[in-house]
Amino acid sequence: MKILICAELDAHTLSEQTAKAVTAGLKLSDKVDLLVVGDNVPTTQSYEGVNALKIANNICFAHGNAETIAALILNISDHYDAIIAPSTSCWKNILPRVAAKLDMMMISDVIDIIDSTTYKRPIYAGNAIATLTSNEPKKIMTVRPTAFQPAISTQATGEIIDFVPEVQFASEFISHLLSVSERPQLTAAKTVISGGRGIGSEENFKIIQDLADTLNAAVGASRAAVDAGYVPNDYQVGQTGKIVAPNLYMAIGISGAIQHLAGMKDSKIIAAINKDPDAPIFSVADVGIVGDLFQIVPELQKKLSGS
Amino acid sequence: MRTLLVPVKRVLDYNVKPRIKIDGSGVDLSNVKMSLNPFDEIAVEEAIRLKEKSLIDEIIIVSIGVAQAKDTIRTALAMGADKGIHIVTDEMLEPLSVAKILQKIAQEINPELIIMGKQAIDDDYNQTGQMLAALMDRPQATFASKLEFIDDKVHITREIDGGLQTIAINKPAIITTDLRLNEPRYASLPNIMKAKSKPITERPITEFDVDIKPRFTITNVSEPKPRLAGIKVETVDEFIAELKQLGGLA
Repeated sequence: MKILICAELDAHTLSEQTAKAVTAGLKLSDKVDLLVVGDNVPTTQSYEGVNALKIANNICFAHGNAETIAALILNISDHYDAIIAPSTSCWKNILPRVAAKLDMMMISDVIDIIDSTTYKRPIYAGNAIATLTSNEPKKIMTVRPTAFQPAISTQATGEIIDFVPEVQFASEFISHLLSVSERPQLTAAKTVISGGRGIGSEENFKIIQDLADTLNAAVGASRAAVDAGYVPNDYQVGQTGKIVAPNLYMAIGISGAIQHLAGMKDSKIIAAINKDPDAPIFSVADVGIVGDLFQIVPELQKKLSGS
Repeated sequence: MRTLLVPVKRVLDYNVKPRIKIDGSGVDLSNVKMSLNPFDEIAVEEAIRLKEKSLIDEIIIVSIGVAQAKDTIRTALAMGADKGIHIVTDEMLEPLSVAKILQKIAQEINPELIIMGKQAIDDDYNQTGQMLAALMDRPQATFASKLEFIDDKVHITREIDGGLQTIAINKPAIITTDLRLNEPRYASLPNIMKAKSKPITERPITEFDVDIKPRFTITNVSEPKPRLAGIKVETVDEFIAELKQLGGLA
């Protein structure tokens, strides 16, 4: 089986989600190539186990443009029996377009690879796990990065792919508004501190940020906190936001709706701070404390920064 | 006529916890509340807002599914859509088959835009819109949180992992909705009454000559590994001690 892994970029380096997708590919076969596509991409970053590093570096691939990147992958798809990408918003956008052009179904959000035809994926917001067999001639899939360990980084010499797609009616990039943060990335952080509606305001979110900085943690939020405007959309953890599985997930002022739990319940340790003793978050928390978060969080932060 | 097509799916209501059948064959959908897929509801709302601004003339709802899918179409008509197409089948279709049928519908009615939910909350595939765009060879704008008509283009702000991205696309195009695009309205009683007389055309799926045979076989559906509740502590010191004990804090 020959596998193509599609790399996720974090600015101009490969994101850890790529390292995890490589591991998923290596479960299927040892013939794994890595495709790095975009504008101004890294050309020597690779992973142990990767055969060929393929680089497609062109302005037309900037900003995750679905139409042009799908055309590129179609152009090289003949060489591969499987095409795998991490299930990031970028690849969730692009890969189904590739699959449909090949008249094949795609397997979304794979969390376990049993063998080359059998896969597991969550359905109903993670309330059920489906095992499916696919007899499609090519296995096209997104894999959930939290379900795989990262492959080990290495250096390699990239082979340049000189292909510029002719795409009619492609969309035109206008602008973006990206969050800039000194903190670790939400999906890669070892510790995530999340706030919910209980935080009450954008200003109050500072206590979450202070605690996160003390622990070198990423900051997350529930949908309620994002909808209320306390933090930007890309902080959202949950079924429709980011799926995270850090070593420690601390849910503060988050009741624990099903949609939120779907995004964090695979975390190794879950801690919860909430004033409502019956909040559903406590039913998944390894350790919880009932009380006023505006007293508990500053005290916690002070004690942790002092120790 | 500037027509907008909104495909919708009938799914298990989002407030209902799915019951997994003991034999592992799937989720038990008998005698449970079914609703319009929440992301599709957002798509219907957005279509209605465009019509209220006179940016389009007509909203057609299409749904593929069992007889009761007609109720789902009726829900969208009660919100303010104009007419419905019900493609009748008892089979559970995969996104690729759905996209192929929607492509045929789009060929018949030539919509300016197709707006649909980014995913259905039952199978969580998140593929149909992208696949439809591919089959129609048209631009796609997924995960939309804002939509504006500017000159002859549609500007769409998309929710992406790092924040927000705005792109401009030519019509016709396929747009999939994210949660923050709008807050869907409740249908008023007069509108629910009015919806009863709006036309829904029923068409057998065989009419479309699309191979709907599933490409995947679901061999098992099971409960996820349960996560057990731990302990509750009284003080911040105990909280820290417990986290250190568990390995969450250095």
